[in-house]
Amino acid sequence: MLKRTALFSAHQKLGARLVDFGGWEMPVQYSSIVEEHLAVRQAAGIFDISHMGELTVSGPAACDFLNHVLTNDVSKLAEGQGHYTLLCNERGGVVDAVSVFRLSEEVYLLVINAARIEADVAWMKSQAGAFPRKDRLIVNDASENYSAVAVQGPKVTGFIGNCLQGQSQSGVRDVHVTELKKNEIGVFEFQGANVFASRTGYTGEDGFEIIGRADSIQTLWDELLAAGKPHGCLPCGLGARDTLRTEMCYPLYGHELDEETTPLEAGLGFFVAMDKSEFVGKSALVKQKQEGIRKKLVAFTMTGKTPPPRPHYDIWSTGEGYSKVGQVVSGTQSPSLNLGIGMGYVTPDLAKPKTELFIDVRGRRFPALAVSRPIYKKS
Amino acid sequence: MSNVPTDLKYAKSHEWVRITGDTAVIGITDHAQHELTDVVFVELPAAGRQVKAGEACAVVESVKTASDIYSPVGGEVVETNKAVADNPALVNTAPYGDGWFYKIKLTNPSDLDALLSPEAYSKQIGG
Repeated sequence: MLKRTALFSAHQKLGARLVDFGGWEMPVQYSSIVEEHLAVRQAAGIFDISHMGELTVSGPAACDFLNHVLTNDVSKLAEGQGHYTLLCNERGGVVDAVSVFRLSEEVYLLVINAARIEADVAWMKSQAGAFPRKDRLIVNDASENYSAVAVQGPKVTGFIGNCLQGQSQSGVRDVHVTELKKNEIGVFEFQGANVFASRTGYTGEDGFEIIGRADSIQTLWDELLAAGKPHGCLPCGLGARDTLRTEMCYPLYGHELDEETTPLEAGLGFFVAMDKSEFVGKSALVKQKQEGIRKKLVAFTMTGKTPPPRPHYDIWSTGEGYSKVGQVVSGTQSPSLNLGIGMGYVTPDLAKPKTELFIDVRGRRFPALAVSRPIYKKS
Repeated sequence: MSNVPTDLKYAKSHEWVRITGDTAVIGITDHAQHELTDVVFVELPAAGRQVKAGEACAVVESVKTASDIYSPVGGEVVETNKAVADNPALVNTAPYGDGWFYKIKLTNPSDLDALLSPEAYSKQIGG
């Protein structure tokens, strides 16, 4: 039995096509992936992200504990600030890629991938159990308590304030929702209940992610759709979410990331604070940095008109005769560029921009070019 | 509600066939293009290729997936639609017109007997 979010009946009413996504029955599209994608790039789109998980970590030892299990430096976050970070195992492999927000001095919120909730909770609890100051720390899986929506696109600031009125009460305090800066989070009153709103997203556009109780998010979904309609806001499914994030080269767990791949290989070194005293995976990552990585994430665009690249297609290179050099992990037709785009793992020398690669599609090799990230650059 | 023209024959796998003498034009149905949405690439069989009824001989790709197209009838591919290869969106906008895939010279006209009538196909897709 697939799990359903609080917005399931809203999706049905909108005529969404529903698919199994990591055990959740989620909308893949409402009208068309291309239309929804372009709405987010040019106007606005709203996504159900209730399947994502939420963890809270609180107590006097919360900051030190999170700095022990996460790669980025949590101590740099002021109240109401958040950042992207990784949860690594001892080998430096990625357990999950998450957003962490400091809600108050001793309370943190982690937003985690739907398909990784169980793995993350198990990992965090085992790490907490072995932490010296474990009695000064509470790790709580709040995923069941929360629903969430993402509202993304250049026109969002034109209508989100109609739905989330008033000023934030905690996190970042005393600001209107549109005054939140990138990666900031505030708590706002919405119809008698509190919701978290952060200026974050997974599309490369300006926008917000809002987390709250099921009934709040159900009402907010309807209100955002209605307020956004005159601005061209469309409900968007996971299909557009995937093409949008692929154009930006944002990693998706299970594609670019897994427990055998390190942040350095995935090109996420920026989110690893090597100057921190210690954290889980640090020694493996330090060693890897010294010895050099053996595989590296490459972003590529297809050259000319070709079938779209897909996950698991082989990547080939010329050099001394054709050889198989890696595999595609994400690939699609870019609606913004109208071109096949993707990412894959190859040896570091082949990941350099302008390297000529070939993608094997059903036994035929089509030319592609390694490019710098993101693949889609806003003009 | 999908369009199912009454002058065509249909395969269960959502291809249509238009017969003119011993030649058949093949494409995919309105229902199929609606299910696929946003066709971004069409790969057609080479002219001169011999295909069997039920053989996968073309591929249609949407943003999300690649789907095989099965030849509803067997024979020799005599012509392919260059316009749809250049502009795959024709599959979405004109599935029974400019969005056709290929023409085939029938080897065995009895292949047609196995195809569905417009009524039977409508019933299959829940129309």
